Amino acid sequence: MTDTLHRALVADLRESNIIELPQGGATALRVPLPYFVRSAEVMKTAGARLAAEWGVDETPFGNGFAVWAAYNLGTEYLLVTAALDAAKPAFGTLTGQYLAAFRFERQIMSLMGLTVKGHPDPRPWIKHEDWPQDAYPLRKTCDASAPMPRVEGTYQWIPAVGEGVFEIPVGPVHAGIIEPGHFRFQAVGEKILNLEARLGYVHKGIEKRFESLSWQDAAKLAGRVSGDTTVAHALAYAMAVESAAGCAVPPRAQWLRGLLLERERMANHLADLAALCNDVAFAFGYYQFWNLRETMLRMNKTLFGHRLLMDAIVPGGVSVDLAEGAKEDIALEIHGVIAEFKRLMEIYDDNASLKDRLYGSGVFPQSAAFDLGVVGIAARASGQGLDARLQNPFPPYDTVVPKMHVLHSGDAHSRGWVRVEEVRDGARLIAEILAGMPTGATSAPLTAPAAGSAGFSAVEGWRGEILCWVQAGPDGGINRCMVRDPSAVNWLALEQSIKQDMVPDFPLVNKSFNNSYSGNDL
Amino acid sequence: MLRILRQIFRTGIVTEPLPPEEEAKIELVGARLEESVKRVFAGSLTIRQVDAGSCNACELEIHALNNSIYNCERFGITFTASPRFADMLLVTGPVSVNMAIALKRTYDAMPPPKLVVAVGDCGYNGGIFGKSYASLGGVANVIPVDAYIHGCPPSPSVLLSGILEAVGARRLSIGK
Repeated sequence: MTDTLHRALVADLRESNIIELPQGGATALRVPLPYFVRSAEVMKTAGARLAAEWGVDETPFGNGFAVWAAYNLGTEYLLVTAALDAAKPAFGTLTGQYLAAFRFERQIMSLMGLTVKGHPDPRPWIKHEDWPQDAYPLRKTCDASAPMPRVEGTYQWIPAVGEGVFEIPVGPVHAGIIEPGHFRFQAVGEKILNLEARLGYVHKGIEKRFESLSWQDAAKLAGRVSGDTTVAHALAYAMAVESAAGCAVPPRAQWLRGLLLERERMANHLADLAALCNDVAFAFGYYQFWNLRETMLRMNKTLFGHRLLMDAIVPGGVSVDLAEGAKEDIALEIHGVIAEFKRLMEIYDDNASLKDRLYGSGVFPQSAAFDLGVVGIAARASGQGLDARLQNPFPPYDTVVPKMHVLHSGDAHSRGWVRVEEVRDGARLIAEILAGMPTGATSAPLTAPAAGSAGFSAVEGWRGEILCWVQAGPDGGINRCMVRDPSAVNWLALEQSIKQDMVPDFPLVNKSFNNSYSGNDL
Repeated sequence: MLRILRQIFRTGIVTEPLPPEEEAKIELVGARLEESVKRVFAGSLTIRQVDAGSCNACELEIHALNNSIYNCERFGITFTASPRFADMLLVTGPVSVNMAIALKRTYDAMPPPKLVVAVGDCGYNGGIFGKSYASLGGVANVIPVDAYIHGCPPSPSVLLSGILEAVGARRLSIGK
């Protein structure tokens, strides 16, 4: 791990102003509140990306509130925090430095009730208009088990006026078997002028729920932040807890985790390729790619007891192991999937109707990808070399190194093609993980993190980088668990990529991102 | 084109009969099942699916019902975009506070007889999310539920047999 950001901050703010906090998984520095915005300027100058920003209620420690920001540059993650007043918690917005702060801070204002000075758009986010204004569920004073009264209220959409401009409201209930969310298109004829997404429909209070669960039970909840990413979310949580507790996970468990993570990635990429074919009415591709996904899910069930691999990752290790002959079964399965995949790709890559719809649709420019700080597939398809497996190379990724495929056109095709390359690379990674699989225990006993300790982790799920930060309270339980799904930043990318496209291309472009609603809404 | 045809012939028909334990369950419902689909729903069952707050795992498995392997259309089951055409409402998730109104409106928009099936452990009692400021718990706390399909998430074959069973049970209650 490098320490470029750490050194840049110390050089600018001077050592006397900075306190290093006990923290696993990354370096955490506390700066005086007036320096919080300044620290973002220093990070920006150093070339860092704002990966997450969140609020913490530290009243159980006898403190007030705190604001946290996570920055990333190369292999370094740096957490910067500032303490806020208990009675009037407020801090300056980071949106001047980082566009990504836009939604993070709307969420902080809505759910934690911290004032963000200078934020350009203080409309509530996640918190819908029929919540009471003073409902701040992430505060300790809020009793999460009490039902919330509904009040009258309205949501102010960004207006568009002019001759021939009309609005198309879509959702929350959509036409397919998909998650709910509301999209407001402003269009002239078929051309989209602006798209405003309004999410939060599947907000079920996950971050608050964490605080009432034991460290072990919370792993189950983490595995249900976004069902399609159960392995990566459970892993991010487990690694954050382990880093807070100083728990050493046995090598075999780490490698098994890598195996499960890569299987999840392949299965989801295959489903997305199927869905892309479906959205351009190429039914053949839809059914064929889906068959391959089903093959992998069935093998998951046979070997690990669950089609989607839920609850296979637990704090301290894994709850599954490879039975006798399992390695051979997987090798045979992957060989079959890849042989079929090769045949299908010849068809996919040579199909005029697919090309016609995918090429040039939903272009997300590289400059916007950088400015918005998007992650994962969406970032790699728009020229950003980001992959948490390389930024945070925990075993097995320190020895089994993923190939990063970066494309530059930023259209629906390139987002599809990043997946194609990752399916191919996934097969190689799985083979190498199986070949190098260490022997030994599959889990270590987890001692609960000490009161006040904190842990951080970054895991590349199939969509992109997942961040998790946990903090143990004075009673040894969970005081705060922050989850940042890749969708929390990538939803902004969808809005920016659809401008100037036609309304009928929206489902395809949306699918090419395939953001999670549940992971975003929490 | 030739490559596509060759691949289609290579693949053949991959649709499978349901696993024996699920087949047995359907037999319990009896041979009247087909008759009930015919009588109650005029030969085909049309489903409107609503995610009322799920983590999306149930959606993945419901989606799989449409693939070649589970091929729910062989039983006359299709998914529709409009609740106006729907015979059955298939609801997943604990019902979030932010989705409760949309769920109720979808239910109200369906023509009777309407059959509601709650999917997954969350649809039953809120699952791991429980009841809170943001979650109203099980689907029955918001709209009347006729049948439950348990699991986290239920597999496609469990979903298929659960849906068919719910239709069979409906026929019995209508006969009363």
